[in-house]
Amino acid sequence: MAMVDIRDSVSGLTLEERFGLLLVAGILIMVLDLIRRLVVGDLAFTSFMTFLWRGLVDGLVIGLAAVGLSMTYSILRFANFSHGDLVTTGAFTGWTAAWVVGGIGAASFGSRILLNADRGTSAREINLHVYAEPLAIVAGLVVAAIGTIIVALVIDRLVYRRMRNAGGIPLLIASVGVALALRYVIVFFYGERTRGPVRSTPTLSAENHAWLIWTDSVAVHQLILVISAIALMIGLHLLLQRTKLGKAMRAMADNRDLALITGIPTERVILATWVIGAGLTGVAGYLIVLEQETLGFNTGWFLLLLIFAAVILGGIGSIYGAIAGGLIIGMADNMMLVWISGDLTRVAAFLLMILILIYRPQGLFGGVETA
Amino acid sequence: MTDDEQSNDGSERQASLRERFEALPRWQSDLLLIGATLLGLYALMGVLGLVTGLGVSGVTRTLRAVTFLATAYALVVLALNLHWGYTGLFNIGVAGFMAVGAYTMAIATADPDPGPAGVPGLGLPVPVGIALGMIAAGLVGLVVVLPALRIRADYFAIVTLAFAEVIRLLITSGALREFEIAGRELGTGGGAGINFARLDTVIPNWVLYRGGDIEQGTNVLGYQILTLTNAIGIERTMVENWLYTFTMILLVAAVFWLLVRTGNSPFGRMLKAIREDELATKSLGKNTPMVKIKVFVLGCAIMGLAGIFWQGRNGYVDPNAFLPIVTFYIFIALIIGGSGSNTGSVVGALVFVGVLFEGPPYAQRIVRQNVDLPRPSTVYDGVVALGGGDPMPLIGYTVGELPNLRFILFGAILIALMIYRPDGMLGHRNEPASPIDLRRERSPREGLADTASTDGGEVDE
Repeated sequence: MAMVDIRDSVSGLTLEERFGLLLVAGILIMVLDLIRRLVVGDLAFTSFMTFLWRGLVDGLVIGLAAVGLSMTYSILRFANFSHGDLVTTGAFTGWTAAWVVGGIGAASFGSRILLNADRGTSAREINLHVYAEPLAIVAGLVVAAIGTIIVALVIDRLVYRRMRNAGGIPLLIASVGVALALRYVIVFFYGERTRGPVRSTPTLSAENHAWLIWTDSVAVHQLILVISAIALMIGLHLLLQRTKLGKAMRAMADNRDLALITGIPTERVILATWVIGAGLTGVAGYLIVLEQETLGFNTGWFLLLLIFAAVILGGIGSIYGAIAGGLIIGMADNMMLVWISGDLTRVAAFLLMILILIYRPQGLFGGVETA
Repeated sequence: MTDDEQSNDGSERQASLRERFEALPRWQSDLLLIGATLLGLYALMGVLGLVTGLGVSGVTRTLRAVTFLATAYALVVLALNLHWGYTGLFNIGVAGFMAVGAYTMAIATADPDPGPAGVPGLGLPVPVGIALGMIAAGLVGLVVVLPALRIRADYFAIVTLAFAEVIRLLITSGALREFEIAGRELGTGGGAGINFARLDTVIPNWVLYRGGDIEQGTNVLGYQILTLTNAIGIERTMVENWLYTFTMILLVAAVFWLLVRTGNSPFGRMLKAIREDELATKSLGKNTPMVKIKVFVLGCAIMGLAGIFWQGRNGYVDPNAFLPIVTFYIFIALIIGGSGSNTGSVVGALVFVGVLFEGPPYAQRIVRQNVDLPRPSTVYDGVVALGGGDPMPLIGYTVGELPNLRFILFGAILIALMIYRPDGMLGHRNEPASPIDLRRERSPREGLADTASTDGGEVDE
């Protein structure tokens, strides 16, 4: 009897529910296998913790960038393919500021303003890491946000504002144009070379710091990334929950015409969307470079699909979903190393995104398209 | 394009030219448009090149390279037009399907025993390889489209892009560099790519020599061609290169014809109906999912074919040739030409490759050959010199950056087209979902009477 019941309830499931069941089963198997490997000793506990920590670092920064994409997706109603290049914009503006501030006296202005495009100096000469030049690092963080906001607002004024009532696809195509133009404007000024604008990070060792229980040593730059990202996310949460702006955004994401009728100044909400979204995106770009220590004009473009994956996983429009999606993607990208080789982890992440889009387009955590 | 604006007091002669153009059957005016674009492009590049001293051989080499690339683009753009222009399927994974075609071809025809450095293949004959490549691209298209049919257009776009990236990551991955299937060593070559049959010598050899083998001497056609070219003094390699390019032109013509036939068939009317309003089409009892699947698979197979011939030009598949950006180049070409119009697709491919893609580097070559400009290493040096009253370094830097500046131009054009002219240059020529020509049907009476006042305006019945 029990068997029949189970069979009945399984065949009564929708496609989506079956997919969810399959997904949960898959994750369960992987977790069990992970535990088995840890117990048997196939996987050293320290390398497991390293994967976890790296997953957190990657996930937070992807989540930060994903928040911006998610907001513009739900409020302006299009998939913004120039978002990756906003990440790059933040990285370049921020690091330019850091070099201009941090390299005073160490290198010529011409080398600093273009991030060493003339190869007149080096990151070693400027000695840019957080202990040596804390002020420059903070200045860069602030300028990354401001610079990206300005660029995003200019683009909105020039391009997207003229197309407010165009459909999602024309806007998507226009955003591809924006992406290309923005990327190669950066190339025009900075050149195509991939550079290392930051010196290798100092580390904290567990011998001197008792609170470092999960690992032997931790990179200070990664720690800065984690702390800033979490602080920004908490700030965003407070902003959206405690102010009228958050409510207006949710109203607009739900139904733009209704919001307009109710007296919500939609253009001002759009402005706020760009300011918050682009600011976070720029900071994300800056922090990515702080962590991975290389910067090229393709840095953001290569991340774009991962950011999309995070947004879609969390459910388009949901900010908490985007953060969670970012964490899942970051974790998956690193934890998959247990099973598959490094150049295939992204394949797994993208396949997961495709499956989610097809079988559960509202994302993992719910069905509402709201901030 | 001026043919949708008609001035009443325009000159008589212009009106009669336009009239004659409009009176032509559709296929003749289409052919005229494509021919005129091609000739215009040749004239522009030829005159510029000759005036600035590039020499005849330099110009012909450039023209051939441009023609080849334009035909390769035209093939893909036509296939994309079938997806997006006809059916409204927003596929941005084009590069992935091209990669599948080219890689299948390469694996099928590569030398089974390439020596220590190369990657072994199956060593099958070229036609089999081409067929396999098209089939594989179509099958992958089927795998993509089957689950993705019911999702929104922007999700469909992301799914196709992600699939293309998955394909690209798989072929560049070290894990599949060499593998074994049923005892045969095969592989994608990972980051190094694969060498396979050089289509740009194999195909000309079929045309020129008996049995496609240069050892057996020329055949009848080859004898005629080679005697003629010898008399004019053209080298044999040049002849072979042009023969390959002509093969591509024939291929474009064949695909064009196929798409026009498809578009005018009842099946094609269903495609356009889906593009206009899928729900309405469905409620007329049409099996729209089936139609979309068929058309997607067909388009993907053509994309695979284009990938094969594009990479076949030097018998080597380059894993870095299939970056997602290639898809967007193809989109730019389609949008410039006007989606929904096969003629627009070909014209768009010609304009994109000839003017936008090859134009700026060509301009750079011409400028550098004639003017001696300073070449500062950064824009900062240029700006500093400008502040000191000397604009030449900044100009020199800009000329040096022309190959990169064209991408800004691509972006600007895409944005401008989306804002001001989403239909592209020939978008008004897209084929309506109606079997009869509504444009002509509207005004049988006026067509006989005064021509100037009739075109385009609303007429009271």
